[in-house]
Amino acid sequence: MKTDNAYLPWEAEIVDTIQETPDIFTWKLRFTDREVARNYSFKHGQFNMLYLYGVGEVAISVMSNDGECIYHTIRAVGRITKAMMKLPIGAHIGVRGPFGSAWPLDEARGKDVVFVTAGLGCAPVTSSIKYVVANRAAYGRLVIMQSVRHRNEGLWEPQYDEWRTLPDTQVLLTASRDKTRWPHWSLGRVSVLLDEAQYDKQNCVVMMCGPDAMMADTARTLVELGVPAESLFVSLERNMQCAVGHCGHCQLGGKFVCKDGPIFVWPQVAELMRVKGY
Amino acid sequence: MSDMRYLPRAALSGLIDAIRDAGYRVIGPREETGQGGLVYREIDGVEDLPQGLHDRQEPGSYRLEKTGSPRYFAWANTASAIKPFVYAPREKLWRVVHKEGRIHFEPVERDAAKTAILGVRACDLAALELQDAHFLRGKFVDPYYKARREKLLLVAVNCSHAAATCFCASTGDGPEVSTGYDILLDELEDGYLLRVGSTRGAMIVADLPLQAATQGHLEAALAQSEACRAQQRVLPGEKDLARLGEQLESARWTKVAERCLSCGNCTAVCPTCFCHRELEVPALDGKSSEHWRDADSCFSEDHSYIVGEVVRHGTRERYRQWMTHKLFNWVPQYGRIGCTGCGRCTTWCPVGIDFVAEANIVLGLAEAPEPELPHVDGSEAAQ
Ligand SMILES: Cc1cc2nc3c(=O)[nH]c(=O)nc-3n(C[C@H](O)[C@H](O)[C@H](O)COP(=O)(O)OP(=O)(O)OC[C@H]3O[C@@H](n4cnc5c(N)ncnc54)[C@H](O)[C@@H]3O)c2cc1C
Ligand code: SF4
Ligand code: SF4
Ligand code: FES
Repeated sequence: MKTDNAYLPWEAEIVDTIQETPDIFTWKLRFTDREVARNYSFKHGQFNMLYLYGVGEVAISVMSNDGECIYHTIRAVGRITKAMMKLPIGAHIGVRGPFGSAWPLDEARGKDVVFVTAGLGCAPVTSSIKYVVANRAAYGRLVIMQSVRHRNEGLWEPQYDEWRTLPDTQVLLTASRDKTRWPHWSLGRVSVLLDEAQYDKQNCVVMMCGPDAMMADTARTLVELGVPAESLFVSLERNMQCAVGHCGHCQLGGKFVCKDGPIFVWPQVAELMRVKGY
Repeated sequence: MSDMRYLPRAALSGLIDAIRDAGYRVIGPREETGQGGLVYREIDGVEDLPQGLHDRQEPGSYRLEKTGSPRYFAWANTASAIKPFVYAPREKLWRVVHKEGRIHFEPVERDAAKTAILGVRACDLAALELQDAHFLRGKFVDPYYKARREKLLLVAVNCSHAAATCFCASTGDGPEVSTGYDILLDELEDGYLLRVGSTRGAMIVADLPLQAATQGHLEAALAQSEACRAQQRVLPGEKDLARLGEQLESARWTKVAERCLSCGNCTAVCPTCFCHRELEVPALDGKSSEHWRDADSCFSEDHSYIVGEVVRHGTRERYRQWMTHKLFNWVPQYGRIGCTGCGRCTTWCPVGIDFVAEANIVLGLAEAPEPELPHVDGSEAAQ
């Protein structure tokens, strides 16, 4: 990140847009300034602030970086993200980052890795799932648990089907509000999947992303099941305006989610997440 | 005592001139009609200072009274702090130009004017130190704040009386100014005890008709400060405040929320609050756009908005955020509480919620006053 003014974005061009589902798209972005591209590096779990001309900025996790281009997967949910989805290839946007803390992918080497996601906000873990998939041999078992309300909610299903075919990998999906059971799908919340998941509780790293209540419930259950609290990691979402620890919007107790997070090891936030509306 | 000098009252205008000659615009306290109190504004000379004015503050009220005294600084504090001169309530961060499908980001010019503030109180100086910690000593430096901060000259004046809402003695930030000033004054009956705190300050006072300070001057100043120390309100100490984290489900938050209007006045006047939102101001011709930041408050609805929910959805949650941030969460963030005892949040609360009293009640150190509100029955209300 720029040292003199972390507020000022760099210009980037939309080189390609991949429409993953009707409301999820992936942008391939190239910084106009090659120097910026050369110096840019990120860790999985970190995010950028993407700026739409004349409208504003949103926090979006970095999916990958191939040295020349960076990739972001975005769900169109509101004012800015919906307008972003309409931008044509070749258009220019602003980018600043990367910001925040990262998933413990190095520490997780040699261990079983478990991903738990709920709702539709799974983007912050997708990049690390892809990283583990790409470096499959470096990790133990891979377990991916995802819950949505309805199967037809626009989940990015083909990628789950692909992951299911990998060795030593379990992909568990559940729809909490559906009545019909589809192949590979369970009915109910994430908690129904926890029994089916097979991994070494004493030698694993669990990475979670989703609504606060889901993560708090899952963390509590996992600790009861014997997973050490220090092996659990969560990615938090809070309103973000500045991403540099100044605007105060992302505060959770004494933490600034943008710079102390968004990835936290569970004991850092366990107490705070128990308090509703804090 | 060699560092203590004496400046006769008649020479105060000379001090203002010397500051101006050094290239500073001079900001001082002045009575502003329509603001309901004293505010810091640019001044031309001593004639703009609030001579003979005294403030009377209570929860929900601030009144100025004429005393006939020749003193210029016989008030406890101003309505707004010195904060806006460093951390601007509204600020352009950058501009972006749209041309032939490209966008060009342009930083704004950041050469702030040299600014001297006269009359700064201990609580506001301590608050400035807290804002420095937030904007300058974190992971990222705020270049906009930094530009103004570096151009600031601070002429502090020790308080000669405390308002009923003041409690700086219990936060450890006052009543006397101890560090962070360029020049420090104690206003006495005929003049000022003067101390210098920086080379810049020393250069400014070099040509003033300073006299040697006498034992009498010193004693008078000490007596004034001592009198200020006796304050009506006392914030719980560090050990007690450290228990606030155990009180997050206290029933008292619901009680406060019954009175709190969620207006955000407290956060607006607080000299340590730093929250702001970013906003975009596109030009009408579509060819450029400006990116600004605007002061914001944790009492506003969208402060904690994320898609699908407002995290702090009600007044109970917002008041809890405000108080626990100030008195508890600031400690892990910046190593001390985020309150310097200026009392503004209490004075400027339209319904007179007393910050110190509430902290004591939440911590179980004081009983809640009963009844909470004057009882209005249906027949009266209908009249
Ligand atoms: C660390 C982090 C990583 C994220 N990564 C991704 C990602 O990879 N892909 C993705 O699709 N989404 C991601 N999000 C969520 C994304 O930031 C929001 O969906 C987006 O801000 C919504 O903006 P909007 O204007 O379209 O929606 P609106 O509902 O119109 O929101 C208005 C404004 O509120 C703020 N806001 C709303 N929701 C959020 C939120 N969840 N987090 C922060 N600010 C918010 C933003 O300033 C936004 O512009 C991430 C959020 C965070 C905090
Ligand atoms: S919390 Fe109240 S008393 Fe403390 S510094 Fe802020 S406005 Fe002043
Ligand atoms: S969260 Fe509230 S109390 Fe804390 S700095 Fe922001 S506005 Fe002030
Ligand atoms: S997003 Fe501004 S402080 Fe974290």
